[in-house]
Amino acid sequence: MSRHAPTTRAELMSRDVEPLPTHAPAQPFPEAARISLADVQLRRNMGKVTTTIRAKRAKAVAELPDWEDLREAGRAIKDQTLRHLDHYLIQLEQAVTKAGGKVHWAADATEANRIITELVKAHATNEVVKIKSLTTDELGLNEALHEIGVEAFETDLAELIIQLAGERSSHILVPAIHKNRAEIRALFRRQLADTENLTDEPKALAGAARAHLRKKFLSAKVAVSGANFGVAETGSICIVESEGNGRMCLTLPRVLISVMGIEKVIPSWRDLEVYLQLLPRSSTAERMNPYTSIWTGASAPGDGPEEFHLVLLDNGRTKVLADSFGRQALQCIRCSACLNVCPVYERTGGHAYNSVYPGPIGAILTPQLVGVHNAGSLPYASSLCGACYDACPVKIHIPQVLVHLRGKVVEHKRDSLSGRLAPESLAMKTLGRVFTSPRRFERFQRLGRLGQRLKVHNGMIESLPGQLGGWTAVRDVYPVAPETFREWWRRRESGSTSTPSSREGQS
Amino acid sequence: MRMSLFLTCFNDTLFPATGRAVVALLERLGHQVEFPLDQTCCGQMHYNTGYQPEALPLVRHFVRVFGDSEIVVSPSASCVGMVHDFYPKIAAESGDEALQRAVADLIPRVFELTTLLVNKLGVEDVGAYFPHRATYHPTCHSLRMYRVGDAPMRLLRNVRGLDLVDLPNAEECCGFGGTFAVKNADTSIAMLSDKIRCALDTDAEYCVAVDNSCLMHIGGGLHRQRAGVEPIHLAEVLAATEEGGRA
Repeated sequence: MSRHAPTTRAELMSRDVEPLPTHAPAQPFPEAARISLADVQLRRNMGKVTTTIRAKRAKAVAELPDWEDLREAGRAIKDQTLRHLDHYLIQLEQAVTKAGGKVHWAADATEANRIITELVKAHATNEVVKIKSLTTDELGLNEALHEIGVEAFETDLAELIIQLAGERSSHILVPAIHKNRAEIRALFRRQLADTENLTDEPKALAGAARAHLRKKFLSAKVAVSGANFGVAETGSICIVESEGNGRMCLTLPRVLISVMGIEKVIPSWRDLEVYLQLLPRSSTAERMNPYTSIWTGASAPGDGPEEFHLVLLDNGRTKVLADSFGRQALQCIRCSACLNVCPVYERTGGHAYNSVYPGPIGAILTPQLVGVHNAGSLPYASSLCGACYDACPVKIHIPQVLVHLRGKVVEHKRDSLSGRLAPESLAMKTLGRVFTSPRRFERFQRLGRLGQRLKVHNGMIESLPGQLGGWTAVRDVYPVAPETFREWWRRRESGSTSTPSSREGQS
Repeated sequence: MRMSLFLTCFNDTLFPATGRAVVALLERLGHQVEFPLDQTCCGQMHYNTGYQPEALPLVRHFVRVFGDSEIVVSPSASCVGMVHDFYPKIAAESGDEALQRAVADLIPRVFELTTLLVNKLGVEDVGAYFPHRATYHPTCHSLRMYRVGDAPMRLLRNVRGLDLVDLPNAEECCGFGGTFAVKNADTSIAMLSDKIRCALDTDAEYCVAVDNSCLMHIGGGLHRQRAGVEPIHLAEVLAATEEGGRA
């Protein structure tokens, strides 16, 4: 499939350019990042929000003396569940069915969209309300619904902002994190009725959204949701949100369709206790989540949705499961703590990742879901600083998985002649040979000293060729020393006191 | 105590002064230092960039060179972190049981310099004298991979004459990240700009760290800007004395 590479932020974010997973390789991270990095407003918004939320999270986490034990429990439960996923999914299906719900199995996005659009069609409606629908972004569900003449209304405030702006989410939890109040006010005034006198006070902005959404909640017959957790033993589904709009979606429409990635299943209610402590403190820095909705199957008339469908989505997840090291990415509970602490994400924002799941977790999840050859730049979109691992409430070792996936990227590159002959491959191969022999290493040091002769000015090298020029754009390079340590050591051991000869190669 | 210096390939090549400082410091403290000339590189660059098959021979090489050492000491938290965190995984994936045993046997003897001094030898005052204003940048791998804890700060607080000032946002990455600085040069530069701004805000003369790789990044930027702030490895601060000055 041919797609032109977006060159501006607006293009980068436009719905027309997306959705990602089922499509061809997106614009590589370094190119997309260059656009975001130049966006002054974005840099300011991101820097402000991530700094604030980091401090708040650190405080919320420090309140719990057993935080490390909770993290370990959160990791262990998910790890154990993933090892026996087939068992728990069947248990979940049986429990949901017993409670009057219907379970659908979707192998990929196409199948999931077919199931959902058919369900919506069967209820002869032209609108659905949505909540917590990140997983449906993976499917491109809104576009699929649009094709059958059904309009999907996002009801999470930030999702609504994104939808009105015709953009893509840039954060797992705060999809509109890249926008500030002034930008949102301008957007609402353009898109929503009765907003001539709207101010940029958060309360006023929320009020405008409420007035817009309330009508949809009352008229929609069908709601589509994601799912934070599915409890296998009882068939209960749990959604965690902050606004109450989710509660409206989950209780007012007559039909509820929940799309759940198969990795969201947990064995029992007892396990939920662990995650309901880990999730709010990690994501919004709250001690307790404001709106936690849990339901089991279909409801009695007048007491919630009378028809409940659970769509269990694979869409690449079993492939991830097959990788015994990489599959820890499936432990993710979508708290977004890794995004908030990431120095790369802080500066580039989420759109640069060209991925439904941005940030560090996106950099390990997306390449596994869509194949490393389709997202080969993402495992490299990290300095491996390790802040994400320390923040992760379920101890996903993101830096180690990134390195693991880089191995897969290189492995894939080696499949082609052009990959094997790429400058980086050749350089790495050569250096690999150099480092396995002390003699070759020393010769390499001497060669470097010789080769740098004309490049060293003022004790430093100011420009390098090729890809290395990225370094010297703003950074000088330290030259090979006039006397390497091993040369000094030999001189010392031999008892010689003379200073190094004029081998230095420094001008 | 007898110690083998694992200097690392780039310190050997680009920053020999750090190696000389480690030798001076440890000898001053009464230890015997040897430098196995067969040492080359720990393999971190290959491994972290995805060239993992190329890293395996370097792991074998490292084990051959340092296998018999009583204590291996290195002025690089990042390379020691590589040995501690990734060598067991690499050995396990190689399927070579002898290598796995050799790695497991060697790792407890491999130390980063400041943790060796503070945690193993119980020394916090090494008798250093460094009459300058300096700020300390805790490198990512020292902080979150090898986890040196407060060992570097304990040592720095005991350096006479040193005016040690806090670095704002100290724990944030400088943007080096090995090949990241080249592959994602723009993002790396954005991170470096902020690190340099924080360093300049301290009015320090020196920016101290336990990894010359990160200092090569920060220092490369500082030098290009003619900022008048010098990067310096912690070993060189600790080696400096009232009598001898900088080693």
